[in-house]
Amino acid sequence: MIKRLLFVGVLAGLSLARIGVAFGADITLNGSGSTLSKPYQEVAIDQFKKTHKGVRINYGGGGSGKGRQDLADVVVNFAGSDSPFKAEDAAKAKGGALLYFPILLSPIAVIYNLDGVDKLQLSAPVIAKIFQRQITKWSDQAIAADNPGVKLPDSEIVVAHRADGSGTTQNFTEYLNGAAKGTWKLKSGSTVEWPSDTQAGQGSSGVAQIVKSTKGAIGYVDLSDAKASVVKYASIKNRAGKYIEATPDGASAAGEGIEVKDNLLFSAIDAKGDKAYPITAQTWVIVYAKQPDRAKGEALKAYLTFLVKEGQGLLAEIDYAPLPRELRDKAIKQVDKVTLP
Amino acid sequence: MSEEPSIDLRGPPEYGDRAFAKLTAGAAGLVLLILGLIAITMTRRALPVFGEMGPRFFTSTRWSPPDSIFGALPFIWGTAFTAAIAVLIAVPISLGVALFMTQVASPSLARPLVYLMDLLAGVPSVVFGLWGVLVLSQLVHLGRSFLTAGIILAIMIIPIITSLSREVIATTPVGDKEGALAMGTTRWEMITETVLPHSAGGLVGAVMLGLGRAMGETIAAALVIGSALGQITLRALAPGNSMPAVIANEWGEAQDLHKSALIALAVTLFAITILVNLVATGIVQRSMKRGQGT
Repeated sequence: MIKRLLFVGVLAGLSLARIGVAFGADITLNGSGSTLSKPYQEVAIDQFKKTHKGVRINYGGGGSGKGRQDLADVVVNFAGSDSPFKAEDAAKAKGGALLYFPILLSPIAVIYNLDGVDKLQLSAPVIAKIFQRQITKWSDQAIAADNPGVKLPDSEIVVAHRADGSGTTQNFTEYLNGAAKGTWKLKSGSTVEWPSDTQAGQGSSGVAQIVKSTKGAIGYVDLSDAKASVVKYASIKNRAGKYIEATPDGASAAGEGIEVKDNLLFSAIDAKGDKAYPITAQTWVIVYAKQPDRAKGEALKAYLTFLVKEGQGLLAEIDYAPLPRELRDKAIKQVDKVTLP
Repeated sequence: MSEEPSIDLRGPPEYGDRAFAKLTAGAAGLVLLILGLIAITMTRRALPVFGEMGPRFFTSTRWSPPDSIFGALPFIWGTAFTAAIAVLIAVPISLGVALFMTQVASPSLARPLVYLMDLLAGVPSVVFGLWGVLVLSQLVHLGRSFLTAGIILAIMIIPIITSLSREVIATTPVGDKEGALAMGTTRWEMITETVLPHSAGGLVGAVMLGLGRAMGETIAAALVIGSALGQITLRALAPGNSMPAVIANEWGEAQDLHKSALIALAVTLFAITILVNLVATGIVQRSMKRGQGT
């Protein structure tokens, strides 16, 4: 039995090898990190391999922190990350200087479960107070002030947040830290000190599940997860004082108002602009500027170009926003900075 | 190896024998070496947080990564509390099943039961965890809480405690049991008078091993315990957190001191489980000596 299995295995291996030779050298690129950008990586890889038959790309997810660590240890060819390396960690990266390629913008939706309220408007200080448990009832005056004419029920608010460390929590708390300055006390980070009478879910889907199954619940997830779970989400008051719905367009508008540094680092959170959705996260693909392997480096450059150029057209369908044109051009140009041996 | 080859029926040791002895000794030594290396490297990487927090790591109730404050007490409490609930639920059930298998049921009924228990032991913990989230925690009032985690952990340790108890109970000398029955005792009296006293030590050991397993269980606990911070309470329906659950949840995105704090949690858990296991082994061995004496 085992012998026969082995024989089949060898046969399969041989035929695979032959296919590889037929289409030129086999190249495998590995990436890991941000789960926010995983859906985009998946559709992009799918499209990319249609035109690049000899290249295999794997994207493992695992979280931004894991991606940065994997890249620093040179166990992957590229990392996906929602936030940049800290300076001291970047210095420790074993492969030298790093390049950041922004690939998409994503609205973080504030999702809720409230019968009879189909349109909810919230401002940053109110969100801060809700998530800090200073506002515990939906009928609270502060919420009513954001929602003139809406009849809010007198029910308890149930707060849901991430149990696991997450880039989404990082961006959401960074938004509150800036936009609700003075009110928000929990600072920002991948995990913060949530009040103990809140609920925690595993991953975005876990948070969405709590909100979906609990009357009066509120939480935060990436827009694509909110859409996938079919939950309602609030419109958020932006810097210009307008309440903006979480949409890819709102995130794109946020992208118009950002300041981008020369190394393509920026923050799309609480951006300027009338139509900007204020809780907009961004994510990068990070690579080493000096590629050690010529063939792999060439494939990586092709894939990077695809991500910031042709691939951008795939984003809207999976509820992400493409990069603003100017940023996109800069990213395309930066691919030239990746050097091969 | 033998000191007196004249009475060694195996004859002079051959080259293969010696190589085999060395090889097995090496394997045994390797286990100790790995255990030691784990302890050393983990402790070394946990040092930064011990340096920063000092003994407050074990006494502070605040866990705030953005503030670089790491107090493990609520998680130590959560680990102990959920494990205690699990043992409280699992021990009567396990003991009942073990006694049923050995003293009451006919062999034709006991054998499939043993298989079933082994099957339960083989179910991956994530399956229990998902069932806990999707079914158990949806039950009225249960939610995600210490109690929900305790129940899941109880289900997971029942097979271990049952199978160990069964083996311990089976060592009760048939003469003792039949003697008791011959004196006119009921089956219940026979069990309480001969079987339980004979196996007491071994049963305690079995329970302690179950306890160790419950304390270290990660995924199932992480899914149903509720991940609430700072909870030191006896209210079993409150959401809480345990050491392994925190490590599993926060490791992916942790940086610097936060990472070191999570490793320190692992070291603490490591130390506690080793302690529990040592105590369990001690109790079992003492009872075995006593068992030989009587």
